[in-house]
Amino acid sequence: MSKNLVGNHIRKLRFNHDEMTQQQLADKVGVTRQTIVALEKGNYSPSLELAFRIAHTFNLPLEEIFYYGENTKQ
Amino acid sequence: MTYQEKKSIVSVISAILIFVSYCLYMYPRFPGGGLESIEAFRYWGSFVLFLTLFSIVAHIIINIIFNIVFRITTKEKEPTFADELDRLIELKAHRNSFFVFIIGFLIAMGSLVILQPSHMMFVILITSGFISDVIGSVTKLYHYRRGV
Repeated sequence: MSKNLVGNHIRKLRFNHDEMTQQQLADKVGVTRQTIVALEKGNYSPSLELAFRIAHTFNLPLEEIFYYGENTKQ
Repeated sequence: MTYQEKKSIVSVISAILIFVSYCLYMYPRFPGGGLESIEAFRYWGSFVLFLTLFSIVAHIIINIIFNIVFRITTKEKEPTFADELDRLIELKAHRNSFFVFIIGFLIAMGSLVILQPSHMMFVILITSGFISDVIGSVTKLYHYRRGV
């Protein structure tokens, strides 16, 4: 399987937002907890729509949540 | 392990148990006499039809039992909808499952071309149906564990 090059800071952002649980985030963006787990592990690149919903939840622009390639990982 | 991973494992095990138990039940009922008789074709027709019905009912019952056990053991509710990841994995599982069944179907037709008895064709068709079901569940398990 090809390596997923789209990374994210969702885990860190959840903790910065009153230690939001995976289930709470999942409910807010309309997916299952399994999908949030897969996103945090880097096992899944979300659709553009889901990426925007996550960005709206954290009230941040997309590029502050998602990054492309390992070099840009903070 | 998440709900979907556990469900995929239960699907694999239940598919194997259902198929093996059904085959063990039907094997002694294979009609004697000529292999190409009307009775033999009737036997294979009923084998496939009742396997389909038996399989659907057994899967529903196993699924209900699994959901009850899951709720009791984890104190979590099972997901009530399929999101984009579920649908993507479902598509990949269907693709692999369909591919395996088509290979089985072509081999079954090939067996007729090389003048194998007709019951060989039915055995290959039914076996490829079973393997395609298992491959579908294994594909789901693989993608839920390793990602898409």
